[in-house]
Amino acid sequence: MLTKRIIPCLDIKNGRTVKGVNFIDLRDAGDPVELAKQYANLGADELVFLDISATLEGRKTMHDMVLKVAEQVNIPFTVGGGISSIEDVDDLLKCGADKISINSSAIKRPDLVNELSNKFGSQCVVVAIDAKQINNQWIVHLAGGTIPTALNLFDWAREVAQRGAGEILFTSMNNDGTKAGFANEALAKLSETLNIPIIASGGAGTVQHFVDTFKEGKADAALAASVFHFGEIEILDLKRELRKNNIEVRL
Amino acid sequence: MDSKPLKLVIIDYGAGNIKSIQFAFKRLGVDAILSNNPEVITSAERVIFPGVGEASSAMKMLKKSGLDTLIPTLKQPVLGICLGMQLMCNSSEEGNTKGLGIFNVDVKRFSSAVKVPQMGWNTINELKSNLFRNIEEDAFMYLVHSFYADMCQEAIASTTYELKYASALQKDNFYGVQFHPEKSSVVGEQVLRNFLEL
Repeated sequence: MLTKRIIPCLDIKNGRTVKGVNFIDLRDAGDPVELAKQYANLGADELVFLDISATLEGRKTMHDMVLKVAEQVNIPFTVGGGISSIEDVDDLLKCGADKISINSSAIKRPDLVNELSNKFGSQCVVVAIDAKQINNQWIVHLAGGTIPTALNLFDWAREVAQRGAGEILFTSMNNDGTKAGFANEALAKLSETLNIPIIASGGAGTVQHFVDTFKEGKADAALAASVFHFGEIEILDLKRELRKNNIEVRL
Repeated sequence: MDSKPLKLVIIDYGAGNIKSIQFAFKRLGVDAILSNNPEVITSAERVIFPGVGEASSAMKMLKKSGLDTLIPTLKQPVLGICLGMQLMCNSSEEGNTKGLGIFNVDVKRFSSAVKVPQMGWNTINELKSNLFRNIEEDAFMYLVHSFYADMCQEAIASTTYELKYASALQKDNFYGVQFHPEKSSVVGEQVLRNFLEL
């Protein structure tokens, strides 16, 4: 049976991981390649690298990082952040990325989703959506969740799926950083209305939150950062608990 | 594995993420050559036939370099991966593509009763070949695909998603896997190692 996926997310700036990462066994916790290897060994099913570099120089180091990750890590990984053209994607895939994730660039120019899925296949096109619930409406936001758009989450998700997205990474800005659980109601609605995998993001704090997002939120995968980076939740323990709750995972 | 370098060629016809496969072999200590040159491919001891993307356009690229007629004549162990495996079958519903006809089976699309593509880790079962030496039943492999090969005589592994299908095939020196061994952690690396030792 296809299993639910656990995906640690690493924020990268100028080729280094940002935010504190507190791993005991790592020589250099700022080195994304070391960290990625560690996560692969600990049972992560996939990895996401989000480039938050603001400069061109910083972006160039991303290519070196992707190449090194592809060389040394034996599980799939997605690269996101600042991708806005076919050339950007071509470069990253040639460096060995398995999938790419686009967000603001798809909102600004929705045809990009079609172009990428036609050229590289849906399987490598993840569309990330940041949305915030305001007055009972889920509103899509741009630029790391800072600028509201006129788009509704469910309409936009349906549109990108029709345009050829292979997967949707939905981050609830209401939940992100709260450690109070994922936005399961919205996730379930996405998962039930769309025929592509949905990755839950934003709000992971406890093991139970993962159980809930798979059961109630019907998510296909769950992404988290700090609970993994600070060792608050060990991936292996998490997966054992999920299995105890009759959720299929790779162990 | 002995230390004699083995000549391994990954067919480079413009379809897919061959870098990952090359890196995976490098982790096993084998330097793979990327080539679409018939002489280089024919003289290799092992051949990898990769593929990611859409079937009919991949087949067009194969034809352009004449590899569609070369591949079925190869005598050394050949391993098709993902779309590579699917192109080795009789036909694919994707773009109504005629395949290389090495495996006597047709490739069909999953129905909308399940999410398509299947994306993630699933188990391989009913393992039947040396390709799976030292690999246990229900081992997890990473899969990303919308089309599948039916169960058939040549199936050497099965996987269940919507229905039971052939997740690996073998006929004589030709092997095909639907999953991505290069992305399937240590178990996937064992499959690649086994392929080198066939």
